[in-house]
Amino acid sequence: MEWLYIYMPISGVEIFWPGLVLIGLSVGIIGGFFGMGGAWMVTPGLNILGFPMAFAIGTDIAHMAGKSIISTMRHSKFGNVDYKLGVVMIIGTMAGVEVGAQLIMYLERLGTVGPVVRWVYVVFLALIAYMVFYDYYKAVQKKKAGIQEGEKGTEGVTWYKTFHKIKIPPMVHFRAAGFTCSMWLPIGVSFMTGVLAGFLGIGGGLIRMPALVYLIGCPTHIAVGTDLFEVMVSGLYGAFTYTLKGRIEIVAVFIMLTGAAIGAQVGTVATKYAKGYGIRILFGCAVVTCMISIILKQYGFSLLAAIVILGAIGVISAYITYIMIKGAKEELKEKKLLAAQQIA
Amino acid sequence: MKRLLALGLSFILLMPSLAFAGGEKAGALVVVADTRKVDSAIMKYFSDLYNTNITLFAVWAVILTAVYGVLLGLLMDFVMARIGIDLKSRKLVEH
Repeated sequence: MEWLYIYMPISGVEIFWPGLVLIGLSVGIIGGFFGMGGAWMVTPGLNILGFPMAFAIGTDIAHMAGKSIISTMRHSKFGNVDYKLGVVMIIGTMAGVEVGAQLIMYLERLGTVGPVVRWVYVVFLALIAYMVFYDYYKAVQKKKAGIQEGEKGTEGVTWYKTFHKIKIPPMVHFRAAGFTCSMWLPIGVSFMTGVLAGFLGIGGGLIRMPALVYLIGCPTHIAVGTDLFEVMVSGLYGAFTYTLKGRIEIVAVFIMLTGAAIGAQVGTVATKYAKGYGIRILFGCAVVTCMISIILKQYGFSLLAAIVILGAIGVISAYITYIMIKGAKEELKEKKLLAAQQIA
Repeated sequence: MKRLLALGLSFILLMPSLAFAGGEKAGALVVVADTRKVDSAIMKYFSDLYNTNITLFAVWAVILTAVYGVLLGLLMDFVMARIGIDLKSRKLVEH
């Protein structure tokens, strides 16, 4: 069974390569569906396969960049990427990440960085999960009452409507996302999410995607596509800096990308057959899983935390694949019926 | 008492040499790619590059990741198009 293992020249470890393909595949599915990099899922997986932690992080970031390119290309063809919004948000994200990183360095000097970061992360994940499920609950209540608002149909939380009332020039129209707002709104929101991402040392997709939906007012599908564009840009930058630090295993990146190429297509095409709220609810479940794993890690149950994450990856990616296959089958069936009717 | 004094004095006198014997202050950990186990010429090239010119290696890593991502994206586009589903439009349904 030697052929199942490949030597990684930089980290100096023998790695079970089908494991790498499997991680790439499942995280590709989840990332393409939710619009995030999924570092919180990949890093423990790589660590379990035998990568030292520093290499796991760097390799994950580079793989995230490549995978996001594949997903962004597909989402772009569906019209799910608002490039103008993405570019505007990059300004805020970059500045925010820098401020977040400075904040971390300040805390490091005080010597309280580790636990503070982890608990801030847990609190934010809890808030996001609460927001997602509360929004769903409110939307269901409204739908039962027969309330339908605007083009998007029934919505639960509509904080973005209040933010859209801010009329500080320049006002910008985002065509793909379908709204006009002050340019300072996406810059401000991306700055805040950037600060958090820099502070927590994460890519930020987990925070940015809900922020795009609830604070900026993007339809869920556009939020997913636009966020992937952001992940792609920040991932490429991250890949460069981590490589300079020598903590990247390029062979592993390429093997993972091969699996991710298939996964990203499955995840992205699945969004076509999923309703916005379906994506939001599954996203909420992923956030809760991430939160539980961090709490477990905080109390020293690292193995249990990894099991929770890997178990969740398996279940969520299997469910997304099911959505895609079911939707594709129905579409092909409809097409056949339509063709038969036209012939008759 | 004399012995103790002599011991203390020699310790003080030996202090600088002890410090020199300790060597320089340890810097950040440097990882070196082990090229002895690498067979293929491409892998050997990149492993050597990692050891000798990390900046060029970083540029290569980013370019190759991006190019490989685009190539895989195009290939998978081609494969997905064979299934027969519409890959250019979707309905925006929230609820």
